[in-house]
Amino acid sequence: MRPRRGIAPSAVVWLLLGAAYFFVPLVATLIFSLRKNQTGKCCTLASYGWVLHNGDFWHTLKLSLVLALETIVISLVLFVPTIYLVHLKVPKLRPVIAFMALIPFVIPPIVLVVGLLDFYKGSPSWFYDKPQGFLVAAYVILAFPYMFFSLDAGFRAIDVHTLTEASQSLGASWPTTLIKVILPNIRVAALAGSFLALAIVLGEFTIANLAQFHTFPIFLQYVNETQAYPAAAVTLMSFALTWAAMLGLLIVGRGRGRASLITGGR
Amino acid sequence: MAYLELQTLYRHFGEVKALDGVEVQLEQGEFLSLLGPSGCGKTTALRLVAGFDRPDSGRIVVDGKDVTHTSPSKRDMGMVFQAYSLFPNMTAGQNVEFGLRIRGKHRSDRHQRVGELLELVGLGNAGTRYPHQLSGGMQQRVALARALAIEPRVLLLDEPLSALDAKVRVQLREEIRRIQLELGITTLYVTHDQEEALSISDHVAVMYGGRIEQMGSPAEMYSAPATPFVAEFIGTMNRLEATVVDGDGGAVEHGGVRLSVDAARGRARGDRVLVLVRPETVELAPSNGDAPANALVGDVITQTFLGPVTRLKIAGSGVDLIADVPTAKAATLPVGTRVAATLPSEGARLLDLTDGKIPEIAEEPGPAGR
Repeated sequence: MRPRRGIAPSAVVWLLLGAAYFFVPLVATLIFSLRKNQTGKCCTLASYGWVLHNGDFWHTLKLSLVLALETIVISLVLFVPTIYLVHLKVPKLRPVIAFMALIPFVIPPIVLVVGLLDFYKGSPSWFYDKPQGFLVAAYVILAFPYMFFSLDAGFRAIDVHTLTEASQSLGASWPTTLIKVILPNIRVAALAGSFLALAIVLGEFTIANLAQFHTFPIFLQYVNETQAYPAAAVTLMSFALTWAAMLGLLIVGRGRGRASLITGGR
Repeated sequence: MAYLELQTLYRHFGEVKALDGVEVQLEQGEFLSLLGPSGCGKTTALRLVAGFDRPDSGRIVVDGKDVTHTSPSKRDMGMVFQAYSLFPNMTAGQNVEFGLRIRGKHRSDRHQRVGELLELVGLGNAGTRYPHQLSGGMQQRVALARALAIEPRVLLLDEPLSALDAKVRVQLREEIRRIQLELGITTLYVTHDQEEALSISDHVAVMYGGRIEQMGSPAEMYSAPATPFVAEFIGTMNRLEATVVDGDGGAVEHGGVRLSVDAARGRARGDRVLVLVRPETVELAPSNGDAPANALVGDVITQTFLGPVTRLKIAGSGVDLIADVPTAKAATLPVGTRVAATLPSEGARLLDLTDGKIPEIAEEPGPAGR
């Protein structure tokens, strides 16, 4: 007779504790965000209305999403071929790059931004004075460890050598092999790296603040300092937006993956 | 001029000589197996032909054209790997179609060809299945169809059956040979399994230490091994160290027993030789201790059931032999029976044993790495 499967009571307790750890602050923030600005009593959606009618909210959110997208694209274009070639041709270099990928963790953002501001001083104004230039350059560095370790795990999960050689023996060039054979098979890893890059960019405050760019986290900080209840509302909304953006990436990625599964990555 | 030529190929990896002057000539439509233990250089040779690696010196010529420095994508070589080579994101049909699409074939031609090839490998209705939905044997069939789709000049197979179970291996190797003969495609096959190589090849080249020890038909390799290594590697062989005692009549002495061996004719008296005798040619009869002519006396110490035959190990004073006898007869010779093992005077081979050494053969660990 098969043993009856069920969740042990101790497991239920731990699950509830884990869920409480994440959900209690969210619920508390939600309740706080529903209070009236003048009286502090429950319940009104006025704070949400204030946020949604605030032009800065939409402007900074759009900017941060664009920066995140740019960071993801540049990171993938830079790191996918690099890590592919390292795995294929110079595997001895992998520990060196893994070590380099840890550097952004070690260097505090304030040191990084001062260094980058100094390093890029004198570069064209379309790069230095624009968040789409300077900030993205900094964010690609910040995203490097997350992107590298995600992609590295993806490449290690497939037989890069055999797939590459099989593709080449069938007449495929290097770019064709990378795009049609390798990329579809590291899609999940690339998505994971992209999620992390998105989360970093949507939450990065120090570099944007010191470089004096008005991104979404800067707006969040401003509201936090000036408006108590809307600050709770915008925090929850940014949380929901980040999850929605991740979900969007997941759907797009899955959609592409499924399409490639059906058509063979045409 | 041969269709495929490997001309004096040398390849070193640091201090290791992977290939040490390998020469191969293969006519169009022939099937050659490179056979040898791990590290003998067989996979290195195949990878050089595929273009995945370059020789230190030497040339690879296909149909009169030097392809030594041609990139693998331009060589038109169909390759079947050990395992895990199907593109996981594509169905079986799309895998087979891949090379045709790269070559810009028209959609309808592609689909027709994919259908034909999947039928050829017995997977006509598996075209829409993904690699993870196929068994190991089915995956290798798809890999074979994919390699054949581009109508390669040479088909290369790198231990394609090593990851499969015994029954599927036998079935699939016969399929490979049937398809090779049907298409008349020149084929280079790498394996460490001698039974596999002997059963499907036109020619077998036994490799050891980066060199080809001997190349010939399977029958030649089995019945007339040219070196002690080949004798040891191909099939099971009794090896008796002996001294020639009669070069005219053809006789040697082993363990104090005079044995008549035709192959000893013409050799100088006193030559140290290795007498090679296949187990199936040894005849056993119960003995009361007397040794008949051309026989060694010993006791049966083990019996191993192999189906139609049973392998008996016979040991005695200066005697260490194995003999394959029909299973029914083996029942009359239980362990402990004293037997006279008569050696054939005609079938035995003789090799020089000038340095007195027989090479050790490395243990094959299973699917070999690169």
